[in-house]
Amino acid sequence: MSSEGAMPGARPGLAEAHKVIELGYGGNERFVMNMGPQHPSAHGVFRMILTLEGEIIVGVDPIIGYLHRCHEKLGEALTYVQYPTIASKTDYVAAMTSELTYVLAAERIGQVEVPRRAQYLRVLVAELQRVASHLLWLGTWCLDMGGALGGGATVFLYCFREREMVLDLFEALTGARLLYGFHQVGGTRYDLPEGWTGACRETVDHIDRRIDEYEALLEENAIFKVRTQGVGVISRELAMDVGVAGPLLRGSGIAFDLRRHDPYSSYEEFDFRVPVEAAGDCYARYRVRMQEFRESIRIVHQVLERLPAGPISSRPGVKSVGQVKIPKGETYSRVEGPRGEVGCYLVSDGGTKPYRMKWRGASFSNLAVIGHILPGHKVADAVAILGSVDPVFGEVDR
Amino acid sequence: MNDIVRAAVAAFVLLNAVILVVTYLTWVERKFAARLQSRIGPYRVGRPHGWLQPIADALKLMIKEDVVPSVADRPIYNLAPIVFLLPAFLIFATIPFAPGLGLADLNIGLLYFLAVSSLEIVGLFMGGWGSNNKYALLSAMRGVNQIISYEVPFILAALVPVLLAGSLRLSAIVEAQAGLWFIAYPVIGQLAFVAFTVATLASENRIPFDIVEAESELVAGFRVEYSGMKFALIQLAEYTHLFGVSCLGAILFLGGWLGPVLPGPVWFLLKAVLMFLLVIWVRWSFVRIRVDQILGISWKVLLPFTLILLMATGLWVALRGGGGVA
Repeated sequence: MSSEGAMPGARPGLAEAHKVIELGYGGNERFVMNMGPQHPSAHGVFRMILTLEGEIIVGVDPIIGYLHRCHEKLGEALTYVQYPTIASKTDYVAAMTSELTYVLAAERIGQVEVPRRAQYLRVLVAELQRVASHLLWLGTWCLDMGGALGGGATVFLYCFREREMVLDLFEALTGARLLYGFHQVGGTRYDLPEGWTGACRETVDHIDRRIDEYEALLEENAIFKVRTQGVGVISRELAMDVGVAGPLLRGSGIAFDLRRHDPYSSYEEFDFRVPVEAAGDCYARYRVRMQEFRESIRIVHQVLERLPAGPISSRPGVKSVGQVKIPKGETYSRVEGPRGEVGCYLVSDGGTKPYRMKWRGASFSNLAVIGHILPGHKVADAVAILGSVDPVFGEVDR
Repeated sequence: MNDIVRAAVAAFVLLNAVILVVTYLTWVERKFAARLQSRIGPYRVGRPHGWLQPIADALKLMIKEDVVPSVADRPIYNLAPIVFLLPAFLIFATIPFAPGLGLADLNIGLLYFLAVSSLEIVGLFMGGWGSNNKYALLSAMRGVNQIISYEVPFILAALVPVLLAGSLRLSAIVEAQAGLWFIAYPVIGQLAFVAFTVATLASENRIPFDIVEAESELVAGFRVEYSGMKFALIQLAEYTHLFGVSCLGAILFLGGWLGPVLPGPVWFLLKAVLMFLLVIWVRWSFVRIRVDQILGISWKVLLPFTLILLMATGLWVALRGGGGVA
């Protein structure tokens, strides 16, 4: 743990900014600018009060909570059958992940057995969800850097075109495109419809080819590189101090992935790489996510190849009105979501509803790094850095 | 007296023609961008292919409420769109669309063009200052920075054809290209064209240099507080200015009205639209550069480059023996 003060990981730019103030140019040159909650690159409803010296950010005051919907209280009020569909609304960009986290927690307390086919299906949808979520991230991030009326919009529309195909797969599977209600305690609610595996293979192969195109479009572009390389560096120490997770952590040189280090839902049976980049800047986070696309697609292929036959749930399916009773106990389940560790702490008193529930949102923990890395950067970098953190405010505010 | 009436009528016709062309250039841009992004673009308003869309947009903006922020500096705020628009129209005064077709063929045509064209920054800064909005102010500051930095390489790049042609008169520059368009002039022509295009992108605040608008950070930059017809005027001014500079590019490098078969004005329009599409193509494919990087490119790369290019051109012209037709 670092023993530095409030600002670990301060950069030369920050010192420069302070020097300006010491020279006596500061004070009246200071400029407070409000960004959000209604702002084109607020990624939802995020408010930043920036203190500027010209174009340089010398202070940032992030404000969250505009999208608070009492998720944890709702968790106490809704039964184990009802809540998974609500859980999907915490991180609405990766709905499958939060559903999975919740049912994993309930299953762990109740020691509910999950059939192997259901476990494989869960891996399948989680990886497809990761692809869809990363596509959304890439599009919106480029939108932040390139403008809604420029090259960014082009990348954004390309990404949405591909994300649409994944959503079509989910629609065929569950009937819903954004919030699915696919998981239930004991397994999954839906089995693969006929012809789905073929369509899925085609889609992921298609996306694999498109990702080559995106890489060609972005990585051979000098402007993209100067906007991302060396910008928003999260040092290894800062990453550990703040507790960021997912691509941010791996972009700072720490090889930690729950799918590998604390496997759930039979992830240990699949062969995949955990991409790590050492630089810690926006470009490193970009590279990590681009490689994760490839790994997710590999996992999807493996699941489709080895999908075992059998039941999809140890409990009655979607039309059952029966309640689930989970014995007394408590647990913390965690899942590697597209944005990092999504955790659910669940306390059961033996009834049909949890006694207490707490979410650990990956975006929430990742967003905490903003205050540490923004000062010293230019205003334009603020949106690039925020985009590279990839927060979803449904999950931050819950 | 007769001359004045004739000039006034000609100016009126030209003004409306320019507005019409520019209005439809927005439609061309939207269609072009849509194809780049695998979309269809405007389609519903007027079949085929939404050809009435620009008219509908203009009508919509006209009937919109004109909101003036209560803290705005009203005279400056209200005047800014007009000050912004005027130079954009004035630059068309010297442009020769065909031999003898143009308002005034000044012997210092290029100088006039460059001088008037940079006046738009006054309107831009008035808008940013008068809005009394922090985004707008920051954007206006960036705009002044950027335009001061890029006018110099822009002018230096534009001077290369002048040296080759031996005249500042725009029609003379076109006539000097009768044998060979300056873009095809060995080495010098291509380098100057690239420098000119980059400087155009920057001085027109186009992506990748559009830090003035920068809608992801500064929302819409200096025009963030403008609505209704004032907003429409600013948009019109931007596109008119861009079209004016595209015309200049067509004159300086693409041989203006010269070309086989088709009549001169058609060739001219085609070339100007080609220049315009080049800018648009870049716009819809790149992300934006940061303000410090933009200034760095200007002072550290583009300015020395254009200076050396200009000197080399001067040397070549001197060795060849005077300016004029190659």
